[in-house]
Amino acid sequence: MKAINEMRLQIESRSVNEAFARSAVAAFAAQLDPNIEEISDIKTAVSEAVTNCIVHAYPETMGKIYIWAGIFENRTVKIKIKDKGCGIADVKQAMEPLFTTLGGERAGLGFAVMESFCDRIKVSSKVGKGTTVTLEKRFEGR
Amino acid sequence: MAIRISSTPVRVTIALSGEIDHHNAAALRLEADEAIQSAAAPNVRLDFADVSFMDSSGIGFVLGRYRIVESYGGNIEVVNLSDRLFSMMKLAGLEKLVTLKAKH
Repeated sequence: MKAINEMRLQIESRSVNEAFARSAVAAFAAQLDPNIEEISDIKTAVSEAVTNCIVHAYPETMGKIYIWAGIFENRTVKIKIKDKGCGIADVKQAMEPLFTTLGGERAGLGFAVMESFCDRIKVSSKVGKGTTVTLEKRFEGR
Repeated sequence: MAIRISSTPVRVTIALSGEIDHHNAAALRLEADEAIQSAAAPNVRLDFADVSFMDSSGIGFVLGRYRIVESYGGNIEVVNLSDRLFSMMKLAGLEKLVTLKAKH
């Protein structure tokens, strides 16, 4: 299926860009006239995925984060968040709630939050090459 | 992101406002911990009334403060949670560690 409309965004993996990335994607998705809860769902899920890139994909270096979003018929938005960072050796384990390699202040809930706020999530990763997270959500509207 | 501190001998209240994400959680943490330390009160109240956005960094923030306060036998109460933030904190199982109160 082809997107009716799409956007692309490339940002550096600086934490200050987290707010920009989630707001930009939410603003793009707003053309589907979602309700406030649905907009918050998108913002939260994008924030988690972008934070993962910053914290995990490029832990010591500055890298690029590539965001694509597409709007499809039947009021669905699909978002891809891609990095060329270190990759995830065990995606299944990384997606388990409360699993974190960092401890301390990270709750290990990034993927759990993405799962709970989106209809579908796909994670593909290759160690040393990078990770792509694909989120999909259909808006019910107001 | 801004923080407002008020305290009594038994309780320090930390009122957060704005957006909590990984970027601003670091500064928030510093300010909150300084307030908790200098108040040395047994009860800590985290007021989320004016938090407009939070991702899982907000859960990490509460967990981190819980570990500190619990280490000296204190209690944490998280108040004025919107439905959304309330359910996110429950998703993390935080209600087993701290008192969660919804916004009225």
